[in-house]
Amino acid sequence: MKLIFEKGSTGRGCDLLPPSDVPVINLEDKFKRQSKLNLPNVSETELSRHYTELMKKTFGVNDGFYPLGSCTMKYNPKINDDMAKLPGFTDIHPLQSEETTQGALEVMALAEEYLCEITGMDNMSFQPAAGAHGEFTGLQLIKAYHEKRGDSKRDKIIVPDSAHGTNPASAAMVGYKVINVPSTNEGYVDVDALRDAVGEDTAGFMLTNPNTLGLFEANILEITNIIHQAGGLNYYDGANLNAIMGIARPGDMGFDVVHLNLHKTFSTPHGGGGPGSGPVGCKLLLSDYLPSPRVIKGAEGSYHLSYDNPDSIGRVKAFYGNFLVVVRALTYILSLGKEGLKHASINAVLNANYMMHQLKDTYHIPFSDHCMHEFIISLEDLKKEKGVSALDVAKAMLDYGMHPPTMYFPLNVPEALMVEPTETESKETLDEAVRVYKKIYEEVTSNPELAHGYPRNTVIGRPDEVGAARNPVLRYVYNK
Amino acid sequence: MKIKDFHIASLQALKGVLINMGNYVPNTLEEQEAMLGLIGMKSSEDLFVQVPKGVRLNREFDIPSSKSEMEVSRIMTSMAEKNKIFKTIFRGAGAYRHYIPSIVKQITSKEEFITSYTPYQAEISQGVLQSIFEYQTMICELTGMDVSNASVYDGATAAAEAIIMSVERKRNKAIISETVDSQILETIKTYCKSLDIEVVVAGASNGVTDLANLEKLLDEETACLLLQQPNFYGQLEDAEKIGRLVAEKGAKYIISSNPISLGILKTPAEYGADIAVGEGQPFGIPLSFGGPYLGFMATKEKLMRKLPGRIVGETTDNQGRRAFVLTLQAREQHIRREKASSNICSNQALCAMTAAVYLDAMGERGLKQAAELSMAKAHYLARLLCEIDGFNIIYKGEFFNEFVTSSPINVDKLMKILEDRGILGGYPLANDKILWCATEVNTKEEIHKLIDILKEVAV
Amino acid sequence: MNNEILYTDTHEWVQFLDETTVRIGLTDFAQSELGDLVFVNLPEEGDELTAGETFADVESVKAVSDVYSPVTGEVSKVNEDLLDHPELINSDPMEAWLIEVENVSDKENMLTEEEYKKLIS
Repeated sequence: MKLIFEKGSTGRGCDLLPPSDVPVINLEDKFKRQSKLNLPNVSETELSRHYTELMKKTFGVNDGFYPLGSCTMKYNPKINDDMAKLPGFTDIHPLQSEETTQGALEVMALAEEYLCEITGMDNMSFQPAAGAHGEFTGLQLIKAYHEKRGDSKRDKIIVPDSAHGTNPASAAMVGYKVINVPSTNEGYVDVDALRDAVGEDTAGFMLTNPNTLGLFEANILEITNIIHQAGGLNYYDGANLNAIMGIARPGDMGFDVVHLNLHKTFSTPHGGGGPGSGPVGCKLLLSDYLPSPRVIKGAEGSYHLSYDNPDSIGRVKAFYGNFLVVVRALTYILSLGKEGLKHASINAVLNANYMMHQLKDTYHIPFSDHCMHEFIISLEDLKKEKGVSALDVAKAMLDYGMHPPTMYFPLNVPEALMVEPTETESKETLDEAVRVYKKIYEEVTSNPELAHGYPRNTVIGRPDEVGAARNPVLRYVYNK
Repeated sequence: MKIKDFHIASLQALKGVLINMGNYVPNTLEEQEAMLGLIGMKSSEDLFVQVPKGVRLNREFDIPSSKSEMEVSRIMTSMAEKNKIFKTIFRGAGAYRHYIPSIVKQITSKEEFITSYTPYQAEISQGVLQSIFEYQTMICELTGMDVSNASVYDGATAAAEAIIMSVERKRNKAIISETVDSQILETIKTYCKSLDIEVVVAGASNGVTDLANLEKLLDEETACLLLQQPNFYGQLEDAEKIGRLVAEKGAKYIISSNPISLGILKTPAEYGADIAVGEGQPFGIPLSFGGPYLGFMATKEKLMRKLPGRIVGETTDNQGRRAFVLTLQAREQHIRREKASSNICSNQALCAMTAAVYLDAMGERGLKQAAELSMAKAHYLARLLCEIDGFNIIYKGEFFNEFVTSSPINVDKLMKILEDRGILGGYPLANDKILWCATEVNTKEEIHKLIDILKEVAV
Repeated sequence: MNNEILYTDTHEWVQFLDETTVRIGLTDFAQSELGDLVFVNLPEEGDELTAGETFADVESVKAVSDVYSPVTGEVSKVNEDLLDHPELINSDPMEAWLIEVENVSDKENMLTEEEYKKLIS
């Protein structure tokens, strides 16, 4: 398919702006752009068709089953998008006076109230733009807390070896050293190893619960207590919150700070990789350190942006966060309400168990007694016996019009495929998925050689990633 | 506003029925029970046996009950209506109202783009990947750089990431001009504090970076200098001279640009910059009360592997067909973990696509036009303003589409008067100064209407 | 010690050019485990190395692997060819040296060819 730059011709374009009704200014040469600017010269017809072509080569949740473990690709309700398109939300300048933005401040205040209740936290900031950004912010809160107490020896963050890559990366960005703690053979945090790892240099511990293997850490109170006893704080990575809404709250498990992924648990769309939103919630002991400004409600009932936060860690980005994403999430929380959120989690866990139960006689599922909202298939044995990898099996699914599960994560399970169906899939979709997974198993085991060539029916076959990395071509170059 | 649960009585009566139609869970209660039976469970309680009693939440959430779509629409709409939409806007300061072509809104509303995930599975994501590749190309064209990433959260975090990119073992000092937007400076301070990067602010005089002072600050330990062009006050800096000073000391030159201005202004590359960053919101993204916005980052080839975030590359598939794929992933957190230079995972993909479509629709002719019009309207406004007593231009250098004036009356009072007349005036600065902004959207009539009101007020 | 090649249990090969100068590379076993290499992050001339610590890393498409130094010393030469052609490590691992180190003082325990072959079998 041609790039947009390979379409159109000089002189084509869209008539979007009127001529100037005021005198045009002549810029001095010292400021004037000298190098030629090459941008597409296409008519609106060509542009529209170009993107329609691209759209047909894109697969969204709206196209089919998308069981990406740890991503919670649930259905994106259309009402959320409609509310995020209201001019009363899209057309307001972030630096308008408070009197003229009471609705926006109310959205943030309500979202804070509800999400704190859902997670068992006391306060929340929506400034972080994504989960990793939330982790960065939450860890900064922990750092500020220790610094305020004059405790400067705490320079380590403990992270399970099964953690999402952003956890240690965020810790490093905040200037912490990372200590990895192993998991037991059953997939849980090794509590004895954790006890050995804590000390006077422990600033905190990061955990997802259910963990990245889809298992609920039943020892969670003991785990968080070990950290607290050692003087550290507990950070909850909210990526897997979809399994436990209304069932348990991180605030009741001993966590002091959490981040949420609104684009996972709270149904805001992924947009091809963003924008998301990664709000950070915390207990009162950390509230003073939250990013500034904060939304507060005055005695008279109106909302304000308070910049009077002397202990704040500062800003983590400009303005207040990905506001329109918060609008979508609030719409979702209002729609589901207290009953619907719990109902969603119940069905997320039910759907995962339903699929896992039907696949465990076909595939090797390392932790098959029970799972929460996601489960892991391991192709390690198949790789050893027949040379068929998790990648091969995943690519086979593409030919069936299904998005594959998450591949090669978590790192402590070799040849992993992590499946998270979410609650928004119907029984028929799950049954069909099970049927397809079983069929694929038969295909790859009877014909392993063919498996390396999947997919065959997609618009492109497997791309040469080695070539792409060795000889990076990262832009189109215009012929001069 | 406390959302009233006035219908809770009827809800409970209908509980069975409502759960069956429960908000985006397709399976009915009966179907759910059948599924539970199939996996050997008696009730949904069995699903949570792993969760110990000590952490179970034994009450309902203290939030409102579930609602029908119609009710939710009413509630959210009434909140939106509490915000005042200004038809006439003369305020910028980091968020700009430009004309958004209809084709941009339409294309970025397509379901496939909205609901798709990060394009890790290249075979079914060629649409998203190609769009990002095209975006990267256009950012390079605009800034004169060799390689761009697929976007970061916003202009402020882009600047912070650029500073981190510049730091070397023996160069740990980041100099930021005082004329850079204070929100960017604050963000940089938060990022640099934890990494022990020293942040030094280079003072300004007459609304631009003080060159003599800057020369004193630059030394062999300087990692980089960050300049905003045009700067926060709208002034055009002597970016070429500054570039030479920075190069003399072997530091990296980072320029944060208003991307619309790049239609007519010198590019960061022409000034000798090593890294170009900026806020891409003017490219088709509405004001949105501050987010989601778009951070762009582009650099020279020699710094390619230090660029954070996702990058799309062109390659071929197993049949020689052109293919796009996420590449150079070994820089990123999911592979390097604690050794990654940045923790960034999600980007602002849909916003990057918005910018790409905007640029496709505008072309270089349209972008140049938007830039020229913005500049023309701002200069016209400035000329008429300083004919009114009390409104004096404070910084007299050349400017793009923003400038600072004094005010004859208290600025808060002035803004309130304008607000009541449906106008969002310039951004109030300290000491009763105002940062005015105009774009191609402001008409001559709007400008004259503003001037007439101000004439009354100034008297 | 003349030009003898020794091995480490972290799959580097070490060639002594003289008493205090070595060349370090990756073994054939290492390159086959790593798969197609796409980039090598090498240190700079003059960098100080410590025995047992990492001095470089190699990237394949989906992974990064650390390379460990068996000696303490100073980097005297860096194989710049590898920057543009990391695949040389895959095609010719014993020829594609990564760095040369001089002023070698401390050494970790290294294996002979026999011992290494036994280790990887």
